Amino acid sequence: MENPRPLWDNPLQFVFACISYAVGLGNVWRFPYLCQMYGGGGFLIPYLIMLIVEGMPLLYLELAVGQHMRQGSIGAWKIISPYLSGVGIASVVVSFFLSMYYNVINAWAFWYLFHSFQDPLPWASCPLNSNHTDYDEECAKTSSTQYFWYRKTLNISPSIEEYGSIQWEQAVCLILAWLVVYLCILRGTESTGKVVYVTASLPYFVLIIYLIRGLTLHGAVNGLIYMFTPKIEQLANPKTWINAATQIFFSLGLGFGSLIAFASYNEPNNNCERHAMIVSLINSSTSIFASIVTFSIYGFKATFNYENCLSKVILLLTNVFDLEEGALTADNLDSMKDYLTSTYPNQYAELLPQIKNCSLEAELDTAVQGTGLAFIVYSEAIKNMEVSQLYSVLYFVMLLMLGIGSMLGNTAAILTPLTDSKFLSTHLPKEVISGIVCFINCIVGLVFTMEAGNYWFDIFNDYAATLSLLLIVLVETIAVCYVYGLKRFEKDLLLMLGHKPNWYWKIMWAFVSPVLIISLVIFYLTDYIRTGTLQYQAWDATQGQLVTKDYPSYALAVIGLLVAASTMCIPLGALIIFIMKRLKRNVSTLE
Amino acid sequence: MFCLLYFLTILVLELLIFYLSLQYAWDASEEYLFKAMVAFAMRRYSNKETTQISNVLLCNMTERVSFWFVVTDSAKNVTTVPGSEVEAAIRMNRNRINSAFLLTDNTLQFLKISSTLSPPIESSVPVWLIVFSVVLCLVVAGILFLVVSGIRQRKKESAETGDLEDKCDTPVTTENGIPCDILDLKAGQINGVYAADDERFTPL
Repeated sequence: MENPRPLWDNPLQFVFACISYAVGLGNVWRFPYLCQMYGGGGFLIPYLIMLIVEGMPLLYLELAVGQHMRQGSIGAWKIISPYLSGVGIASVVVSFFLSMYYNVINAWAFWYLFHSFQDPLPWASCPLNSNHTDYDEECAKTSSTQYFWYRKTLNISPSIEEYGSIQWEQAVCLILAWLVVYLCILRGTESTGKVVYVTASLPYFVLIIYLIRGLTLHGAVNGLIYMFTPKIEQLANPKTWINAATQIFFSLGLGFGSLIAFASYNEPNNNCERHAMIVSLINSSTSIFASIVTFSIYGFKATFNYENCLSKVILLLTNVFDLEEGALTADNLDSMKDYLTSTYPNQYAELLPQIKNCSLEAELDTAVQGTGLAFIVYSEAIKNMEVSQLYSVLYFVMLLMLGIGSMLGNTAAILTPLTDSKFLSTHLPKEVISGIVCFINCIVGLVFTMEAGNYWFDIFNDYAATLSLLLIVLVETIAVCYVYGLKRFEKDLLLMLGHKPNWYWKIMWAFVSPVLIISLVIFYLTDYIRTGTLQYQAWDATQGQLVTKDYPSYALAVIGLLVAASTMCIPLGALIIFIMKRLKRNVSTLE
Repeated sequence: MFCLLYFLTILVLELLIFYLSLQYAWDASEEYLFKAMVAFAMRRYSNKETTQISNVLLCNMTERVSFWFVVTDSAKNVTTVPGSEVEAAIRMNRNRINSAFLLTDNTLQFLKISSTLSPPIESSVPVWLIVFSVVLCLVVAGILFLVVSGIRQRKKESAETGDLEDKCDTPVTTENGIPCDILDLKAGQINGVYAADDERFTPL
């Protein structure tokens, strides 16, 4: 007597789960950066082309594989070909690495969320030094939001070698984050299916609120115009196309096995083709939507800083030259500066080093991505809004929802193969398996709460999943098209959906996507080889800014291990199965 | 005359105004108020009722609204009060002087008196810990509830199937690997293989 496979209550839960997984922090903090760096509005052209050429076909492929095989990634690839069980294992390993470090972001979001209930916000002003005469030294050199991130949140050490001690505040936030994830995955699809209703839809509510607030902020239009003005010449830059392709690829979360896991809980006749198109379109439009919000926030922050800079210069000049109040304004500043240079040349020359040239473009040009954007730039903009506590709470709740939604997918990718395996599921109930996985991840994740933890986080973020995923998806596509056979796959789709995939999908799967992925892999490898020693950005407390340093050798070893651990599974898996089959054949021929 | 001779001992006052926050025009009456405030500060500091408004002298008034001022001591042969005393007196009563002019430490600057910054208000228990504890308790309660209800459900199921196993052979019927209770047997299943491809069947 076997328990039937748990299923989603309705197809909407499946779609929400996929959206919740795919729409993650990358849509908020990576896409706006890429848009800004690679041509503004013009970046949408390669982005949408890559969506249609690469995103939709690969997503459809993974969902179809999961839905048909009705197993997690290990089981599904074993069915396609026994030699490919290594692919499934590689997916699980990559998902494991990802879940180790990704939940730390949720811990930080919790930290900021809990600190949003104060008036004024703790990152709004610098703390005072010990004798209360001036602001804290480190904070004075940098801004209060950067100080709060680097000192109060991370308590970062000057380099990766000095790993310091575990920050208990971050550790408890991490434990809380893992408890929340455990709560959501405890019952499998039963609980996950209900949670994804919230994690998928809440970010949109917050984004809409922020859109309305952002567009009405003073100076938001500056940001929008600056960022979205298309710089068509960037289309000739190959990096634009490569970054568009990688963004689509990683944004959809292909290759982790999460999509296969989610689809395996579907009814067999679920229309995964339509769902694939819906999910990828929603994912991309959310990226564009989030970048509108981000650019209006940028515009507000840049205008605010620019006007602050101007008023400081005006104040300085007014004080030194004893001018009447209101004589200097933003409009006549330049002409007045010329007048002052000519009338009081000596005094003005003395003053010159203190007068900064305030430029709106310079403020807008500061392109930030990643945790810097989410936790520094946004919090800086929030502290200047009215009712900043409310916006702060909303924003960090949104980050949490995005992060937890992605974590649900990651843990599903790990747990589905584990619960599918007969050995584990007969001995342990799924609550215990989930608990063990969460516990192990939590313990390893404590590494990221040390003082040098953020540097290790960057290592994992940059190297754990990038190259491995490309290789995994490449092998997946080739396996389905050539090993399993495109004709056989077509028949399976006919069985499930009632119609064969049209020529577009077949061409994409068989030719275009593999070629695209191979070129991405070649690009990544040449990039690694060309840059020689890998470097990282370390926070220098004495200067109050980031400095570039080289990775020590053990960090490089860890990087190599991360990449090798997942990619080597593929050939190793094939080799082991080959050897086992050989042994069985020898045994059977002997008998 | 005093300004020239005693400029070393005087304090410069500068009124810095951000974006015309000064809600009034600076005129002779305002100067009078300022003299009165300084005299008040000196009286409070020294606890003597001797300083008069006429003891406070302002000079070098500029358009910026910045000026030098001196406090003289009429008791001691019309000499000036040392700058340190004036400094201390003003520091003690800074708040009162600020509010008399509806200004703040930032907008009313005494160039030789650096203001000590006020520390932020800190509660005894950090606020974030309170919110954290609340959320933690809710999450742990949720987990315990789900785990306990899961254990109870499983005990009920194993008690039930213990009875049912004697009665039923195959409690879950499956059709092609798909459990029957999921299939909608009334509506029927459209098997796309047969419906889509009519050319499979040889035409008559």
